[in-house]
Amino acid sequence: MSRNSLAPGADTAPAPDGGSGAGRGPLARLASAAGRWEFLILLLIIATCVAGQAISPQFLSRASFMTGSLDFTEVALMALPLTLIIITAEIDLSVASVLALSSALMAWLWMHDVPMVPTVLLCLVAGALCGLFNGLLVTKGGLPSLAVTIGTLALFRGLAYVVIGDQSVTDFPTAWTDWGFGMVGTSILPNTIAVFAVLAVIFAVLLHGSRFGRSIYAIGANQEAAYFSGIKVKRIKLILFVISGVVSALAGVIISLRNSTAAANVGQGFELTAIAAVVLGGVSIFGGRGTVGGVVLALFLLAAIQKALSLSESISTAWIQVVTGALLIGSVLGPNLVSRMNEARARARMRGDAQARPPTTSQEEAV
Amino acid sequence: MSTDAPPVPGRKDRGARLAELVLRVRELGIVGALVLLFVVTVIMEPRFADADSLRDLLLNASIFAILAVGQTLVIVTRNIDLSVSSVLALSAYFAGSVVSDHPGVPVWALFVMGIGMGMACGLFNGVLSTYGGVPSLVVTLGTLYAFRGLAFLWTDGRQVNAETLPDAFLNLGSGSVLGVPTLSLFAIAVVLVAGWWMRDFRAGRQLYAIGSNPEAARLAGVRSQRLVLLAFVVCGALAGLAGVLFTARFGTVDATAGAGYELTVIAAAVVGGVAIFGGVGTVYGAALGALLLTTITSSLIILKVSAFWQQAAIGALLILAIVLDRVVGVRLESALRQRSARRVA
Amino acid sequence: MTEDATLTVPILELDHAAKSYGAVRALREGTLALCAGEVRALVGENGAGKSTLVKLLAGVERLDAGVMRVDGEDVDFHSPAAARAAGIAVIYQEPTLFPDLSVAENIAMGRHPLRAGRRIDRGVMRRDAQALLDQLGVRLNASRPVRGLSIADQQIVEIAKALSFEARVLIMDEPTAALSGPEVERLFTVVRALQQRGAAVLFISHRLEEVFSICDTATVMRDGAVVHDARIADMTPDDMVRRMVGRDLGALFPKEDTTVGEPVLVAHRLTRENVFTDISFTLHSGEIVALAGLVGAGRSEVARAVFGIDRLDAGHVEVEGRRLPNGRPAAAMAAGIGLVPEDRRQQGLVMDLSITRNVTLTVLRRLSRLGLMRRGSERRVAAEWAERLQLRHHTLDGPVRFLSGGNQQKVVLAKWLARTPKVLMVDEPTRGIDVGTKAEVHRLLSRLAAEGLAVLMVSSELPEVLGMADRVLVMHEGRLTAELSRDEADEETVMRAATGQTHEAAA
Repeated sequence: MSRNSLAPGADTAPAPDGGSGAGRGPLARLASAAGRWEFLILLLIIATCVAGQAISPQFLSRASFMTGSLDFTEVALMALPLTLIIITAEIDLSVASVLALSSALMAWLWMHDVPMVPTVLLCLVAGALCGLFNGLLVTKGGLPSLAVTIGTLALFRGLAYVVIGDQSVTDFPTAWTDWGFGMVGTSILPNTIAVFAVLAVIFAVLLHGSRFGRSIYAIGANQEAAYFSGIKVKRIKLILFVISGVVSALAGVIISLRNSTAAANVGQGFELTAIAAVVLGGVSIFGGRGTVGGVVLALFLLAAIQKALSLSESISTAWIQVVTGALLIGSVLGPNLVSRMNEARARARMRGDAQARPPTTSQEEAV
Repeated sequence: MSTDAPPVPGRKDRGARLAELVLRVRELGIVGALVLLFVVTVIMEPRFADADSLRDLLLNASIFAILAVGQTLVIVTRNIDLSVSSVLALSAYFAGSVVSDHPGVPVWALFVMGIGMGMACGLFNGVLSTYGGVPSLVVTLGTLYAFRGLAFLWTDGRQVNAETLPDAFLNLGSGSVLGVPTLSLFAIAVVLVAGWWMRDFRAGRQLYAIGSNPEAARLAGVRSQRLVLLAFVVCGALAGLAGVLFTARFGTVDATAGAGYELTVIAAAVVGGVAIFGGVGTVYGAALGALLLTTITSSLIILKVSAFWQQAAIGALLILAIVLDRVVGVRLESALRQRSARRVA
Repeated sequence: MTEDATLTVPILELDHAAKSYGAVRALREGTLALCAGEVRALVGENGAGKSTLVKLLAGVERLDAGVMRVDGEDVDFHSPAAARAAGIAVIYQEPTLFPDLSVAENIAMGRHPLRAGRRIDRGVMRRDAQALLDQLGVRLNASRPVRGLSIADQQIVEIAKALSFEARVLIMDEPTAALSGPEVERLFTVVRALQQRGAAVLFISHRLEEVFSICDTATVMRDGAVVHDARIADMTPDDMVRRMVGRDLGALFPKEDTTVGEPVLVAHRLTRENVFTDISFTLHSGEIVALAGLVGAGRSEVARAVFGIDRLDAGHVEVEGRRLPNGRPAAAMAAGIGLVPEDRRQQGLVMDLSITRNVTLTVLRRLSRLGLMRRGSERRVAAEWAERLQLRHHTLDGPVRFLSGGNQQKVVLAKWLARTPKVLMVDEPTRGIDVGTKAEVHRLLSRLAAEGLAVLMVSSELPEVLGMADRVLVMHEGRLTAELSRDEADEETVMRAATGQTHEAAA
């Protein structure tokens, strides 16, 4: 009922209709590309850019690209492993809390005179352990990830406060913090976005080009059939939760460097923005469908909208939330309505056919 | 079928009794944890049992309990409502601004308006997730943003202050009747009515049926979409009620009212034994869960345990609760199965 | 065919009904009438369209074409509730109950007895339910939760549920499949009582002896159409089977003679508590061994356990002398075992994924280098198997959802054959498949065996078992009751063992 073949971001091409499969010319291919979810998001990005430029001439400037993309780095990073997890029909709500714990741990280690490199590494290890904890409860414990990660959402954030309370650390070495808001060479590409870009490519290859990715889709679309095909369902999910922990911890390190501040209260509510980006990017919340490309585009869209609205003086920034929420719902509702109309049309056509054809009974009865 | 026959005392075998016991133990367990926590805290810091301290505790728990009841209705049907905190903000500001601008408005009218606004939000959530076919997690994540954003747009940086609110209204939030805070009376009434409805009325039972096995519910002729919609509307209405009470209690309301409550509320329901995938749990459990979470917070504060432990403790408790539920559930199921197998053999 | 020319208006009537799912025409021609006091059998092979017909009558699906009438008036059930309001109760193969609720509440759901103020009267609800259960002669407590009940008990609850709203039409979709002998007898007593009260019963069963013992009339279906409608008194079992099968058996089962080779797989005293006990057998390369028995005898479960889906409580499996670890499908696959599972849609295929992705799911490792998939090889493997199995498809990139049942099964076979296994276990390999493809599947299995594959075939279709197998193992209630050579095996010997009669005779 709620699943449908035209859901956004279908990994396969849009549903082939009954009998007209043959002869797909370039026009048909163009139409099918245009029907893809990613294409729609791209159109929305262009629309946002046009509107943004109308709002403020600064919108398409270097500075606004840099700040706009910087502000979205952490959400973007966390959205990558989250994409894979949601495609396996699980969820990880604890990502922003892992980020905070990593930031808090970084502050604590630095206060205790641990050098920077081991500090960062320990943060990543802590992230891996958080992911392992989530993953073990979900796979070995057989508990729903939604409930588990609501719990660890509170737990990890709480541990972050336990580690450093409401203190914050701002005296990280300038070489590191400079990197945090610096650019790659003389380009307008922020270093942190470069990190994201590299990871995005890795995750895209992992999901779309690797054995691991094939298994992820199979698990999400039908866990039982995947298990019957010899795929190690639990192990793959466990690995994904660990990856999610590590990347979230990395995001925690990056946000601390970028703001030159490490504290326990960073990234409050980021988990919801990350999920919103993933769903908006065409990933089905029930698993089995979605692409990294779609999610990356959705992240760009959200960042662009945010930047455009923040540049405007007449439009309240509160619209960001309204628009994000509306896009999120629309991204699932729209395709649902389209497929429902298609179904209704197909049914009407079938009824018409059945009435037009005489019932074929006689030949069957001559046994 | 006859309707007037008196109930006959139960003729139950051990299987039924076992299952019932476990369900009751679930709620008794929370009560036990509550009592233990309370006693330990009082021993370490007798001020915890002061009238003021208790009143604060109950006041804090009341709003969460009301939200948890609404959430339970929705979760029992295998859905979820993440938007309750944003609905609360809308309704709280609505009630506050109306009464500030028109001091003559009767208090009951504020409740009607707040609850009405909540119902409208719930209707929106419900229609999209039933007839729209959008998973409720997605819909209410969306409206969590959208409603909050609307609250910001509406308040436009303004806030409602206690000075502008009539005393009759504020008394609801801080007053008490026979020593029980008025706010808690609201919460208790909501819990009792909802509990009664979920237990003794067809529609209430059908909510459990939908969550327990959606396909079977459809085959049994349960009008699932309509009932799930009803659950969302009731949940919205209760969030609206909580919003009005929020204004009465705190006096100061701006667009950030109740931000982040949604996860505490879901945690309360789950700690209270409501299964996140539906079919199991009572509003009593959820309300007790809310009380337990609030008590933990209060006792940590009064014990001067760094407030920083508070969130970690809640998270740990939540995980403990689902792990225990799982362990008990597996045991119970195998016990029931063996009983069934033995009888057939 | 002759319509019953009685003057009474049938309670329920289906006239030239048709239903398709996507490209699959599940029901092409459904014509059927049920009169008061009639017990009618609906028989046909798996996939003949019986379940689809039942879904239409139950209001679960709507007709694409044709007419349904209740008491002579046209009706269009748009929901199960509408069918139930018309007095039609359906007891499905798979019980559809609420595990978290009590037995009484399951029976009363939506129609709870009320007392003042529209409150539920729990006392009455429990007592009514208990009375129904007692009437069925079962010791089942109405207050206990359904969770943990055996399938047989759940079936009883389903029947009590149907009885509770005094249905005029009772449709039973293989209700006896999971019931023991005495339970079946008890059910029949109830069915006869219902019949005397003037209810109409549509009884679907694969057990012909049950059909002949309880039914008055029979409707035979084949390949999505009703092909025969007659009084049971005018038919013989042979006659019925012939109409169900409707073809020459020889052409369907092109078994090639093979030379049986070395033993490949040895199952040693496999036991899974309450499911199967002490199952030992050996599979040799080049032979097809059928695992026969009634539904619920534990055959699929044995196959699942050998493959490692379910854990064994005792016993072990050896492949070419090496012992398999317990409960690890990946290890079983590495040892050269493949399993074509019973539930194709749920276990065999990932319906939303393309043909290519499904076929290559079992050989990902072979098709990747350093973890990265080689798309060219992927397509080549899929194309090669599509060609070899004569898969009918538009594009290898389309979801398998849109293929017909037979072509879907070919995809499942392809995904296992791509591994070139030594042992292939096929569970109901031709269930729900059209006749043409069925023969293709049989020919394929036969050829594979001739090439040296060891095949274990779980099948409920006796003709398939007798036509294909070199050796027949028969299970009854979780135990092996017979091992028959191709010459020894006939309908009678297999059925006797499957119903446990050899066991009793020997004892």
